Formats: sequence, structure tokens, C-alpha cells
Amino acid sequence: MKQSGIYKLAKKNPLAVIGIVTCVIWLIAAIIAPLIAPYGPFTQDLPMRYDSPSTEHIMGTDHLGRDVFSRVIWGARISIPAGVIVIVISTLFGGLYGAIAGYMGKLTDEAMMRVADVVMSFPPIILAMAIAAALGPSIMNAVFAIVIVWWPRYARMMRGLVLSTKEAEYVSSAVALGEKKAYVLLKTIVPNCVAPLLVMASVDLGNAILIFSGLGFLGLGVAPPAAEWGVMVAQGVAIFQYWWISFFPGVAILTVAMGFNFIGDAFRDMLDPRLRRQI
Amino acid sequence: MEKKILEVKGLKTYFYTEDGIAAAVDGVDFEVAKKETLGIVGESGCGKSVTALSIMGLLESPPAQIAAGEIIFKGEDLLKKSDKERRNIRGNEISMIFQEPMTSLNPVLSVGNQIGEVLRIHQRLKKQEAADKTIELLDLVGIPLPERRIKEFPHQLSGGIRQRVMIAIALACNPSLIIADEPTTALDVTIQAQILELMKDLKEKLNTAIMLITHDLGLIAEVAQNVMVMYAGQIVEYADVDRLFEQTMHPYTIGLLESIPGVDLEIDRLDVIKGLVPNLYDLPQGCRFHPRCKDARTVCKEKEPKLYDLKGHKVRCFKYSGTW
Repeated sequence: MKQSGIYKLAKKNPLAVIGIVTCVIWLIAAIIAPLIAPYGPFTQDLPMRYDSPSTEHIMGTDHLGRDVFSRVIWGARISIPAGVIVIVISTLFGGLYGAIAGYMGKLTDEAMMRVADVVMSFPPIILAMAIAAALGPSIMNAVFAIVIVWWPRYARMMRGLVLSTKEAEYVSSAVALGEKKAYVLLKTIVPNCVAPLLVMASVDLGNAILIFSGLGFLGLGVAPPAAEWGVMVAQGVAIFQYWWISFFPGVAILTVAMGFNFIGDAFRDMLDPRLRRQI
Repeated sequence: MEKKILEVKGLKTYFYTEDGIAAAVDGVDFEVAKKETLGIVGESGCGKSVTALSIMGLLESPPAQIAAGEIIFKGEDLLKKSDKERRNIRGNEISMIFQEPMTSLNPVLSVGNQIGEVLRIHQRLKKQEAADKTIELLDLVGIPLPERRIKEFPHQLSGGIRQRVMIAIALACNPSLIIADEPTTALDVTIQAQILELMKDLKEKLNTAIMLITHDLGLIAEVAQNVMVMYAGQIVEYADVDRLFEQTMHPYTIGLLESIPGVDLEIDRLDVIKGLVPNLYDLPQGCRFHPRCKDARTVCKEKEPKLYDLKGHKVRCFKYSGTW
């Protein structure tokens, strides 16, 4: 039964299956990293530095003789949770912010949305860089910096959804039943608005990981010894003849971001029949 | 004298907009006694729904504002109460049945949850008690297999069942007054008859007063005791149902009655009331109905008639002023 379901999905939406498979592989890799990585993320072997891919080091070694494959695997433990945390906080905060703005309307709405507009008027990576640079390099600071630039898009979207939903008859009928304002908002309006927000969050997960790695690459996210993909790419760019140092972490970023994007797209198609593609 | 549940005195609800002030309800007086069904009739835009929403306190303010009047519910003026007190009355002592059963239920909550919620807010019932009461209510409004229905979502139900669910929600806390805003307009005829039967039945059982807003005079004849006809924010005729249908006085009401197609009458063309409801921003001088009235005379264009009381049959027309 279950097999036929997967088979059907594969036929209808092959990208979704590719996305799911990629992400599942990465998630498993992150969870069991110590078991599959042949070396520790910081294990140095100086005589073996800049070793090209071989059976011993399938992705080669970097300038300190660290095994790139192991570091890529360990890196999944940083990038994926970081992306997830960014998205979860942004969705929760942005969603609630937008819902309140949309529901209260008038001046509250104006004031709240202008704050969001100010944040959105900066190019996200630049603002995230500035915040991360001010806070100093660390995983939590990088996550915080990305959340700061990321939540307004959720707030905007939620506000729009709430604005259209609050005119619905069932909302007036909830008010007519004597519900409190907060209750009307949280239990009547918000549940009718979350679907598009969830779709956006799932599509965005890949982007969040990209930006997070971007900060690492620029030296503003995670501090260098850590096995973070962006940092690893940065370490290899200057020495291009040892291409494997940058290439494999780059592939890791690419596959994770793409995988989550495919899943997000599939999710959107599933929830919104109007956008369903014709095959 | 029967006990009054609701007494509305000189209610004026105005909308303050950029285009000017619209008097959606302009000095309306009426009362609803215990067990009474009061029908409110009129064309679209004549203030029926705004009257209802003013009583419920559900108007968006601004632009709407109750400029004058009193709404006395069980001896207390609702307009003097705080938001919190009014919220406690809404859904509990006065509840409302909305026009569109298809869109008045929250699509993401199960039927049981929606009814149970009201009980939990106003009667502070626990989850299990609320669930039991919900099944009882669904049974009361004639929904078969209530145990199964409470787990279903609105999209799984037909229009008639949804309207029954709406009625069950309105009845949940045993309100003294139910305001039904065109409860059967969106339903097809056979379902309309069932819902009407149900409402009549429930009124007998539960002693609830009903304010029935509709533009369907047939419906009024069927269930109401008293009828109030509204035009451009004012009452134009107010009488008990027999007198209103037997000795219809106001030209507007006569026009409304003549524009109903009858099954047994063979006429090619229906008599209709010519023209439209006047623009509330730009009301005609004199009687508000005179531009559309067949009997209009000079006096109608100059002076506004008051509501003449002819032994309990109230009518706003100079024809009954004694000097016609």
C-alpha cells in the first residue's frame, strides 16, 4: 500500500521525491554523523594536508590535513538546525506580529508594518552581515542576525491573510458569540491563515541555510575552526588548485538548499490546488 | 401586559464617512416581549441588519456610531454597559443566526468544537460536559446521528444541516432573545420550510423571543406575531401580523405585498414598487417614500409624516393623519 503511494508521488512529482530523499539523507547524516564520519571534524593530519580525493580521504583533505568528507558530514549538524531555528522563530514571531497588525488595523497596523518595512528595505544579506558583524561571530549570533532580517516577510504575508480572513462571516459570528478578541484572532482567524505561511516556511528553509552559509563564508557567521559549510568553502577559494576543499561543502549547500526547495514546492502544490501544475 | 425582553427607544445609528453622515437607522422604537416573534421587513439597505447589529453591538466604530437612543434588554440599557459586559451578553443571552450558513461556520473547527466553545465561554463547562451538551443540542435541532456529526467539519455538511448547526450554536446557552438575520435566504425552498418548522418548534419548547429579519413576507406571515416594516432607516408600519396583512395601510407595505408572485393568481405582470431605496446621504425632502409612492400629494413632498398610532397599528403616512 505504502509503496504504491510513493510510486504514485514519484510519477506525479519526481522533484518532490528527489527533494525528500536528499533531505532525508542529510538529516540521517546529521543525526548519525559520529558513526559515518571516518574522522573527527577537527582531527588534523598535517603531513597529509592538501591530499586529493583518494580511498583514504574520499573528499580529500584541507590545509590542516582535516578530512573534508568528515567535516562535510559534521557540518550538517550546524547548518540544518540553524536553518530550522531561523525559520521556526521567524515564522512564529513574524506570523504573530503580522496577525496582530492585521487584526488591530488602523494606527497599530500602520505603525507595526512601517517597522517591518524599514527592515525589509535593506538587502537581507547586507543587513544580516551588519548585525552579525556587530554581535561577533558565533552560531547563535548568526541565527539571530538572520531572524532579524527574515521575520518581516512572514509578518507581511500573515497580515494580508488576516486582513482578508477577518471579513469572513464566521469571524463575525465568533464575535457574535461573545468570544474575546484574542480568542477570535488566535483560534478563529489564525488557523485559517497558517497553510500559506507553512508553505512559505518550507520553501524558505533552503534559503535560510544558504544565507547562514553565506555569513559563514564571509567570516561573519560561525568562527573558522568550526565545521560549517560556508566557512569551509571560504577556506578553499584562495587555493583553487585544491578544488575539493571548496567543492564538496559547496555541493552540500547546494543539495540541501535544493532539497528543501523541492519539498517546499511540492508542499505548495499539495495545499494550493490553484497553483497545481499541469503535467 | 406581557413581559418585555427588549425595548428599543429612539435608536439612531449613523455612519460617519467621508461622503457625509448616513442615518442607517433613524429613530426606531420597538419592543419584543417574551415568546414573541417580531418580524422586521424591508428592502435591502433600509436598516434592518444595522438595527440588529446595533443591538448586538457588532458594528465597527468608526464609522458606525449609535448617536441616540436606548436599547433596554431585561431592564438594563445595553448602550451603557462596558465592552466586557456586552461580550458576556452576546452569545449567552442574545444570540444571532447569520444569513449565510455556508460561510458562517469556521472551516477549520469541527462542529462539536464550535458549539462546545460557546458553552465553555459562557457556562464554563468542562470539555466532556460541553461535548454531552453539544450532542443534546444537535439532537434538539433535528440533526441525525449527532455523535458522529460532532466530529465532522463544515465542508462535510449540507446547507440545511449547517443552518441547523448555526441554530444549535445560537441556542447553546438558552438565550432570551435570538436575532435571526435572514436565516433562510440562502437555503432552497424545502429546506427553508424545515428550518422554519424547527424555529417555531424550538420557540415553543424554549420560550425564546425571536427577532426575525427578512424580506420574505410569506415567512413573516408564517411565524411572526408582530411585524415592523422599515424604509430608509425608519419604521413605516408596525402592527400585529393579522392586522398588517388584512388592513395594510402604508403604500410601501401594500407595494411589497403586491410584488409577491402568487401561485393561484393569473397575472402577466407583477406590480412592483418603482424606483430604488433612496440614497441615505441624500434623502428626499418630506416623506422618504414619496418619490416612489402612487398616492403622493403635495404635502408628502413638503413635510415628513410622523408615526401615527391607530389603536396599536402604527403607520407613517399622511393618509392616516385625519386631514388627508
